[in-house]
Amino acid sequence: MSDIISQYGTIFLIMACVFGFFMAWGVGANDVANAMGTSVGAKAITIKQAILIAMVFEFAGAYFAGGEVTSTIRSGIIDIEKAGFADSPELLVYGMLSSLLAAGIWLLIASHNGWPVSTTHSIIGAIVGFAVVGISTDAVVWSKVWSIVASWVVSPMCSGIIAFFIFRSVQKLVLETDDPFTNAKKYVPLYIFMVGFIIAMVTLVKGLRYVGLNFSFSQSLGIAVAVGVFAMLLGVLLLRGIKEVAAENEDFHFSSVEKVFGVLMIFTACSMAFAHGSNDVANAIGPLAAVAGVVRSGGEFSEQSGLPFWILLLGGGGIVAGLAMWGYKVIATIGRNITELTPSRGFAAELAAATTVVVASGTGIPVSTTHTLVGAVLGVGLARGIGALNLTVVSRIFLSWVVTLPVGAGISIIFFFLFKAIFS
Amino acid sequence: MSSSLSALFGRSPIRPIQEHMAIAHHCVELLGKFLEASFLKDWDAAFALQQEIRNQENLADDLKSNVRTGLPKSLFLPVPRTDLLELLSTQDKLANRAKDVAGLMLGRRMEIPESLVAEVREYYNESFLASKQALKVINELDELLETGFRGKEVELVEGLINELDELEHQTDVSQVKLRAKLFALEQSLPPVDVMFLYKIIDQIGDLADISESVGARLLLLIAR
Repeated sequence: MSDIISQYGTIFLIMACVFGFFMAWGVGANDVANAMGTSVGAKAITIKQAILIAMVFEFAGAYFAGGEVTSTIRSGIIDIEKAGFADSPELLVYGMLSSLLAAGIWLLIASHNGWPVSTTHSIIGAIVGFAVVGISTDAVVWSKVWSIVASWVVSPMCSGIIAFFIFRSVQKLVLETDDPFTNAKKYVPLYIFMVGFIIAMVTLVKGLRYVGLNFSFSQSLGIAVAVGVFAMLLGVLLLRGIKEVAAENEDFHFSSVEKVFGVLMIFTACSMAFAHGSNDVANAIGPLAAVAGVVRSGGEFSEQSGLPFWILLLGGGGIVAGLAMWGYKVIATIGRNITELTPSRGFAAELAAATTVVVASGTGIPVSTTHTLVGAVLGVGLARGIGALNLTVVSRIFLSWVVTLPVGAGISIIFFFLFKAIFS
Repeated sequence: MSSSLSALFGRSPIRPIQEHMAIAHHCVELLGKFLEASFLKDWDAAFALQQEIRNQENLADDLKSNVRTGLPKSLFLPVPRTDLLELLSTQDKLANRAKDVAGLMLGRRMEIPESLVAEVREYYNESFLASKQALKVINELDELLETGFRGKEVELVEGLINELDELEHQTDVSQVKLRAKLFALEQSLPPVDVMFLYKIIDQIGDLADISESVGARLLLLIAR
């Protein structure tokens, strides 16, 4: 049966590339904006800087820490043996193509209507959908699927709790004190160290084996400390220029303090882009990698085949293209709408969300960056840090799940049978 | 999906509440000019000022309803929603009371007896200072939000509120004196005028009372 692969292999590969690029474009156009909008809204960085940061760190995140999630999506959700892909590998190709197309189309519809759906949920729904209906219920590794679904609840809660405590520490160490400005200058470098250290540590311990690098724990610790110190020194350099200006504090006494936290937010913006890249790029390139793997091996499915660099390049390129063509508009809109999130709060939310997402990436669990960030913002709100939060969004997010999973599955099933009819 | 993060942020009621207080205090300030005009029996100028007070009071009303409609129950706030709404309606009373005094005095072309003018001016000034202090307190709301209604900032605001209570107490003392002086004059004045003079004295004192309750309401927000 692998004649189909040898006959249409190139076409499949081209289709997968096009669909994968389309999906990555969608991620870049919409999803990245949430990760970067926080920093833009807090006026810590300009939109141009946000796009530049996103380009570099999304790519770095995908490359250094994205392997685990990509592998989950390409081969962790479907049980290759039980699904019988050894005999008919073309089914996997159809399925992955339909999943990409289904998720891409659904995201297009949803973002056009402003529904809060997640890329991750769409692609997981699509993959599970084609596997259950097109192949069999046994083909799905349900334990994996349930752990992913559970993580969608756990990850926002986790980042919410982390954000709460980070922001409480800011209150205790800086905002509540007699001299907030001096204390801000004293503690912000330490927070910058934390950002660099945590992101580097999680990546080193969990992610790097896909790049072919292996470090022992103590080596990782050393490198992470070095990264943290480097970030901290860079931060100290940037902080030198910030002085307390009496005039700007007249109307609002904390203006100078927030400027100090603005520097911190440049770093958390980088970590956020890195985290997003490590988790969400996989949604686009995971299925593509699966198709490429089947086609290259001429129909034999090998689970352990590494992730070719060009696939990553395509995913990263798609994100950058989406960001450059459309994403900057969305960033601008979000940035305008969330000015309530001042740097001292925004950084707490971003650091909590980035940490949670990077840990999820290292564990190979695809989570929604946006929802994690929403959880983090709620955490800051619980510490009485935000003027007003609209809780209806939370129920809208839950509703969007309930809709996204079956709809993503439905569209994917239709395409699956369509491809089957065309090629087999 | 892009909307879920930005939709999370409701409009903070803090700024509008501060703007509302600024307008309410402006009404009190205008009342001072109105009183001066009435002392000079310049009723044209008094009429113009009364109109201005009325306009400002309408503005405050609009702002109040805007804040109210912008505070649905689904909004998650750092302080209880009911306390914020109470604070707002207390502030609104300040503008209302200023309008009442101007309206009543203009309607009756009330003239303050020469011998009382200095005391009334002083008495109004004390109420004005209380209102000004209340505005100062409310202007600390954004700083309170910044610190999460905790720490040093709370102490600072509590200090301001104590000063406000002090100012209000001062008007109570002056009110007693003013009434006593009016009582001594009572026989020489038309009885109906005297009745309304007592009322005006009461209402000018209300300005300070209401200012004090603005402070008390704010104290409720931070007391936890």
